[in-house]
Amino acid sequence: MSPSTAKQPRDARKAAKVSRAFLLKLELRSHPTLLCVLRGALEPLLENLGFSGESNRAVIRAVDEAVSNIMRHSYHGRPDQPIEIYCNRLQRSSNGEAEQGVEILLFDCGPAVDTTKIEPRPLDEIRPGGLGLHIIRGSMDSVQYKRAGRLNRLRLVKFNVASKGGCGSAEENPT
Amino acid sequence: MNIAARRMEKATILDVTGNIDMSNSPEVRKVLLQELRDKAVSRVLLNLSAVNYIDSSGVASLVEGLKASRDSGARFILFGLSESAREVLKISRLLKLFEVYDDEAQAIAA
Repeated sequence: MSPSTAKQPRDARKAAKVSRAFLLKLELRSHPTLLCVLRGALEPLLENLGFSGESNRAVIRAVDEAVSNIMRHSYHGRPDQPIEIYCNRLQRSSNGEAEQGVEILLFDCGPAVDTTKIEPRPLDEIRPGGLGLHIIRGSMDSVQYKRAGRLNRLRLVKFNVASKGGCGSAEENPT
Repeated sequence: MNIAARRMEKATILDVTGNIDMSNSPEVRKVLLQELRDKAVSRVLLNLSAVNYIDSSGVASLVEGLKASRDSGARFILFGLSESAREVLKISRLLKLFEVYDDEAQAIAA
């Protein structure tokens, strides 16, 4: 399928109720060579949000793994399928201190994911493969999948460790 | 991503340049298995000092290299890991499985 005939996730924002303004929107094809472009775009954005060092690398790693999973499992290696990525700033209050975070929404047009089949494999098995989901979960604070209309929607959230003032009940507020 | 081989008397050093992700990890796997299985090199040292990023498919290639080295009785050594590479191996709980050194001199001397 050529890029011009690929199904577009035009209703991504509507389907997912992404009504607020986002900081960055990326639309890319499911070609693995674009992963380095994605990582390159995210790094300065995350720096701008206060993520540096390990926390910056963690978010980039999670998004890269999530998009790789879309390319491999949702689109079965077809390189011309659409993927949309939205990045938003989050803020929450914890113990009276503001914590900055980032929310990343990923949309693809692949078939619905059977969530009963996407549990990460046990890590005591020494074998290649099956690490992506574990890496995503290990890198982010929150990972949520849902079917949004005809789209798969993955929501990744991470708060900046450096800005954390402690744990406790907190609300996520897009700013 | 580029891989160059330096052949020594009883070892091969593979210098990897660039990032390893699903677009090029099959090439890493192919080169590792060529050295460890086909050429039966007794020590393969993988220089990752010029690699900033490794994804799970790259880690899977390293695990295949590790298994091939165990099968053939060879040593598979990593050196020059970036913070990112170290972190992804830690998250995968694989860091302790590999023989890892800070730099080439340490890896050769080991």
